[in-house]
Amino acid sequence: MDMLNSTAETRAAAAAASQTGMPVEQPIKLEVKDVHFFYANGYEALKGINLQLRDKTVTAFIGPSGCGKSTLLRILNRIYDLYPGQRVTGQVLLDGRDILGKNEDLNRLRSRIGMVFQKPTPFPMSIYENIAFGIRLYEKIPKSEMDGRVEAALRKAALWDEAKDKINQSGLGLSGGQQQRLCIARAIAVKPSVLLLDEPASALDPISTAKVEELIEELASDYCIAIVTHNMQQAARASQYTAFMYLGELIEFNRTDNIFTAPANKRTQDYVTGRFG
Amino acid sequence: MAVTTGETFDSSDGASGNQARRVVVQDRIFYYLTLASAVFVVVMLIGVMVSLVVGAWPALEKFGPSFIWTQRWSPVKEIFGALSPIYGTIITSVIAMIIGIPVSFGIAIFLTEICPDAIRRPIGVAIELLAGIPSIIYGLWGFFYLAPFMAAHIQGVWKFSLFGWNFALSLGGIPLIGGLFANSASGLNLFTAAVILAIMVLPFITSITRDVFQTVPTLLRESAYGMGMTTWEVVRHIVIPYCRVGLVGGIMLGLGRALGETMAVTFVIGNSHAISASLFAPATTISATIANEFSEATTGVYTSSLILLGLVLSIITFAVLGLAKWLLVRGDIK
Amino acid sequence: MAVDTRRKTTNTIALGLSIVATVVGLFFLAAILVTLVVQGFSALSPRLLTENTPPPNVDGGGLLNAIFGSVAMTLIAIVVATPVGILAGTYLTEYARGSKVAEVAKFINDVLLSAPSIIIGLFVYTILVMPFGHFSAWSGAAALGLIALPVINRTTQDMLGLVPNALREAAAALGTPRWKTMTHVIYRAARAGILTGVLLAVARITGETAPLLFTALNNQFFSADLGGPMANLPYVIYQFATSADPNWQRIAWGAALLITLTILAINIIARALAGGKQQS
Repeated sequence: MDMLNSTAETRAAAAAASQTGMPVEQPIKLEVKDVHFFYANGYEALKGINLQLRDKTVTAFIGPSGCGKSTLLRILNRIYDLYPGQRVTGQVLLDGRDILGKNEDLNRLRSRIGMVFQKPTPFPMSIYENIAFGIRLYEKIPKSEMDGRVEAALRKAALWDEAKDKINQSGLGLSGGQQQRLCIARAIAVKPSVLLLDEPASALDPISTAKVEELIEELASDYCIAIVTHNMQQAARASQYTAFMYLGELIEFNRTDNIFTAPANKRTQDYVTGRFG
Repeated sequence: MAVTTGETFDSSDGASGNQARRVVVQDRIFYYLTLASAVFVVVMLIGVMVSLVVGAWPALEKFGPSFIWTQRWSPVKEIFGALSPIYGTIITSVIAMIIGIPVSFGIAIFLTEICPDAIRRPIGVAIELLAGIPSIIYGLWGFFYLAPFMAAHIQGVWKFSLFGWNFALSLGGIPLIGGLFANSASGLNLFTAAVILAIMVLPFITSITRDVFQTVPTLLRESAYGMGMTTWEVVRHIVIPYCRVGLVGGIMLGLGRALGETMAVTFVIGNSHAISASLFAPATTISATIANEFSEATTGVYTSSLILLGLVLSIITFAVLGLAKWLLVRGDIK
Repeated sequence: MAVDTRRKTTNTIALGLSIVATVVGLFFLAAILVTLVVQGFSALSPRLLTENTPPPNVDGGGLLNAIFGSVAMTLIAIVVATPVGILAGTYLTEYARGSKVAEVAKFINDVLLSAPSIIIGLFVYTILVMPFGHFSAWSGAAALGLIALPVINRTTQDMLGLVPNALREAAAALGTPRWKTMTHVIYRAARAGILTGVLLAVARITGETAPLLFTALNNQFFSADLGGPMANLPYVIYQFATSADPNWQRIAWGAALLITLTILAINIIARALAGGKQQS
């Protein structure tokens, strides 16, 4: 397992990279340290995960169904807290601070770490309200400014042109792909620094999928993105780092190029070449 | 420490701390509001039982368990017995079930098995409308239309001629069971009340029966038809046995409703505390007695006896309803 | 061959009987509705809405005081029962989901839902009428509210249960406080269904007579005093229909028609709401 996480190494790597044409190492945003996850019935779904998510970088989590990749993602914004009985041990450091503590302000945490789910989940409100709702949770701004923020979020999600004429109509009236982009817009409207995407395109048709993938590539330059996907081409195309998981364990974590062209672990190789999963 | 660019995350500043505390308080308040409301419902039911027991206590003390089997009902002498109301309640409900269950099943079978798609919904809605009509309307209709009809045609004497001979038949003249049909002029009696009750429970039993019928897996139905069974055979041998538990639950629910029904029964039952063998004699039920006599109950014992009647009724209905719910849950219908 | 025809005949008879049963059921519905319209129609006139209930053996009169009373008590009952019912249903589906306590509480609610309304009337009598020594509209409203409460509780539970979990998670992922998730997102999503539940509760208590017999009783005059006996449509029907006064009987049918039309209208609106929801 490759671990690049100290400042000196970062700067050295950056210097080396700029000379050799390799991509610059971004600083670490979110660090997962020895995390175990247990369901309410005691079943251990994650067995000691260690990895780092870097800023302005896309990290893909891949692996067969049931390997724990979505479970891991859902730890990062502590959405598992909704279900009493589920628990986590270990640490998750956001900008160096552990967010797994009992006193953590979860609402604020989730304004910093946004999540988009597998199925589009527009709120039963107008498109405008869908986006304004999240912003209003944290900021009191006048309508004129809100209008600007809503438009900015929709533009960033590549939905503005399609939505601007029906912005006061229900979000449920959009197509599946549009709804998902609305959910992405909603997530980025509150200005998070991390975006968690749980198979965001799996419920969409191929054209919408392509649009969403394009969007992710654009967003990558501004956010730390973690994306769970079962689509390996998607992972290979869109991410700079990839984590391969299997049966609750992190088998291999490396730059995407390495994972797909020269995996260190045989199981990784079997998975990415399609031999199983 | 890693050097980071962009926004750092730090929720330790005072402003967000205050907001966080406020949110916790708001969440707490909301939680307790919902909890209090849920508890309120439970408290209400307990309150009902407790208040009934408290109100019935004087009568309980005076009469004891003999209240249940005493027929005598004398406001003047202040001696009260529940036998007649209990008898009336049970007989009307049982007859209502005897009439209502086959009809309800028939409607449910029609709607699920043979009704053309186009009219299924309207007919289903129409049957459900029966459930929405308040019982006083049934009582009104029963009083002005059903009772006179019963008096004229069922209890009375049928006169007709056949092959030149004149016949005058009365059900009361039939040996053995004639006693069941002994005449009462007004049509205000047990049987009329039972018929009204049957019409009232129809939509309930039909609706639950339909729901229960629909839980039968399509595959099971198809394999039965595939064996060449007729529709009726599928219903009789596959659907009904499969749904047995839910069906009984639905019936018990209807029974629970019939037992407690007040206004429809009050109008047509004749309000008499006498017990007679005839189905066509005036009678009374627990709820009809309470409804009719409560305002006239001047003494403590009288009122208390009426409340005791209410207690008896609530015990019977809650037991039946509890059983019905349990059966329905076991039959997978909520 | 004989077996086949026997089976076919049985089938035909059985299915024929089921058709007969349906016709019978529909016949009674039609009979009741037709009677209502025929009898009640003659009572329909503007007078019904402008004059109070008349004394016996006097011509004319209307239902103004009874309509007012019924509307007032129904309104109070619903205004109180709706938030309590919705909140109770919320607790049972959102906070206590699946727990033993919730199962028992739901069971108790359903028993209360099917309880004979006369027993509810007796209960309210013992706590709100006896201690104060007189009948009142407040106690009438309380009795009606107690009948509406479990209905609203139940439909809220059912409707909230239909809201997909993903919506809750999406709101939580945005950092929405739990109570806000409920009020701004979940209630909104279940809005049509919950409203339908409230409407059905209104339909249910319209026309309920037994609980009013010992709580609000009746009042032959117009009264806006909620602390005293108050006229209401069902009691008027009860009293007037069984009298020998033809004018009273006519008014009773008018009241019956009014009640039934109201309930039908509410049912139609409720169905339209429920149907509309499925399209969104």
